[in-house]
Amino acid sequence: MRIDPRHTQKAAVAILAGATVLVLLILVFIIVFILEKGLPVVNLQFLTTNPQEMGRSGGIFPTIIGTIILPVVALLIATPLGVFTAVYLSEYTRENTLTRIIRFGTDCLAGIPSIIFGLFGYIFFVITLQMGWSIMAGSLTLAVMVLPTIIRTSEEAVRAVPKVYREVSFSLGASGWQTVRKVILPNALPGIVTGVMLSIGRSIGETAAVIFTAGSSLRIPTSAFDSVRTMAVHFYLLAREGISQENAYGTAATLIIAVLIVNLTAYWIMNRFIARRG
Amino acid sequence: MKLVGEKGVKRILMAVAFSAISALLLITLFIINEGLPFIFKYGIKDFLFASDWNPAQGKFGIFPMIAASLWVTFGAMIIGAPLGVAVALFLSEYAPRPLMKAVKPTIELLAAIPSVVYGFIGVVVLAPFIRSYFGGPGLSLLAGCIILGIMILPTVISISIDSIMAVPRSYREGSLALGATTWQTIHMVTIKASKSGIIASIILGLGRAVGETMAVIMVSGNSVNIPHAATDSVRTLTANIALEMSYATGMHREALFATGVVLFIGIIILNSFASVALRKRTAKR
Repeated sequence: MRIDPRHTQKAAVAILAGATVLVLLILVFIIVFILEKGLPVVNLQFLTTNPQEMGRSGGIFPTIIGTIILPVVALLIATPLGVFTAVYLSEYTRENTLTRIIRFGTDCLAGIPSIIFGLFGYIFFVITLQMGWSIMAGSLTLAVMVLPTIIRTSEEAVRAVPKVYREVSFSLGASGWQTVRKVILPNALPGIVTGVMLSIGRSIGETAAVIFTAGSSLRIPTSAFDSVRTMAVHFYLLAREGISQENAYGTAATLIIAVLIVNLTAYWIMNRFIARRG
Repeated sequence: MKLVGEKGVKRILMAVAFSAISALLLITLFIINEGLPFIFKYGIKDFLFASDWNPAQGKFGIFPMIAASLWVTFGAMIIGAPLGVAVALFLSEYAPRPLMKAVKPTIELLAAIPSVVYGFIGVVVLAPFIRSYFGGPGLSLLAGCIILGIMILPTVISISIDSIMAVPRSYREGSLALGATTWQTIHMVTIKASKSGIIASIILGLGRAVGETMAVIMVSGNSVNIPHAATDSVRTLTANIALEMSYATGMHREALFATGVVLFIGIIILNSFASVALRKRTAKR
């Protein structure tokens, strides 16, 4: 028996639309569930006081410091490396074996799971370079982890700068580097910033790579070689060791809000960038 | 004033461009250097195919973890791949452009949610549900599959959409002009033309599932078992590393790095397949 194609058409639309709605509902459910349970716990005191009894009571202030400082240092390291790699790939060389190797390496690095970064960061930064569990070791590990994202988004942004801009700059007698600095980078900036924001978002939520490199000290750090605990690590320890369900929800809500703000800002910048380019 | 000339700039940029590949080499070198000697010392066969993991007695067989990782990943694919491809097809073929432009970034927010949050949702929502409807401890292989199935969605959806959108419009118009319905066009023309991209998206999703750690630790129970039922508690390769790394020393630590080597090799193989599939896609054009 042959089913009328018009019926299969209707069934297909219904199933595909249903799948889309389901996925959106899952996303909404996760966000609403965490915020609903967590937001009542979050107040100014929760955000600005130190945890008591390993986080059973008190606030999450030191973990907020950790969550800000690790991604910021990581991006201070990864952004110049990533952007200059992108500039080299798109402005200073043609496609050849070398660029293929660099691109292949970038792709491989992007696929490595965070636990491997954690192992590497532990054995290389913490042990071999004797940094100990520290901001430095954690940030360097995160920097390596987000480098592929920065390279890719920056390369796209740099390549999207119209060719005419370069030609005009060269015809005015500018050197290659002057063109990069004064014409290409300023025009590619929104794209680069988008990549940086997305990387910050990923770093904020990262746990496996951070816990083995930055440690989980609840003290407020005074040097780059002090251990810190991020909100994600704090939340993991609270939830997994059953220390405090209430504070776990509060930490999760704060974490989700931070991640959403960073990501929405990234999209906003990207959209303005696309709108400006027309 | 010129500190470095144009040639100097080029040289510096070239050196910087090697940062990613050097990082990759360093990672490979250090993981292999810490883990590989152990594998040979302990015996490849005993390490990979024995089922007794008991660090206190010097037993390091990781077969249950390999089995668990494979099952969890397979389950995540069964859940995540059809769902993800369906969403990608709906958004690129049926949804009006403005709707797609709004929904795609929204769905990509799924990738922004930290894996510990997924794990937590698994523990407080999914595990009790599984416990009461399917029995077992709740924290199980099934819970891991469902959570990972959701976590790979953004990867599958965005890369599938990109490759479906890259199918030339003329293909679709040709099919529609012959009287095919939109769905006939999709499954006879569009899917065929974007097949390698869709496959690549699924393989990359699998890579993400194999490597996921925190969510899996939280939801899948972590007992060292070769799973016999979906409701069994299991421990994956990644969970094995993360659970014991904080206190492991000596042989035990080497064994965990060796677990990392196995995971690393698995991921590299998966990603090479994905990049071959993606290259096929670009080569066709």
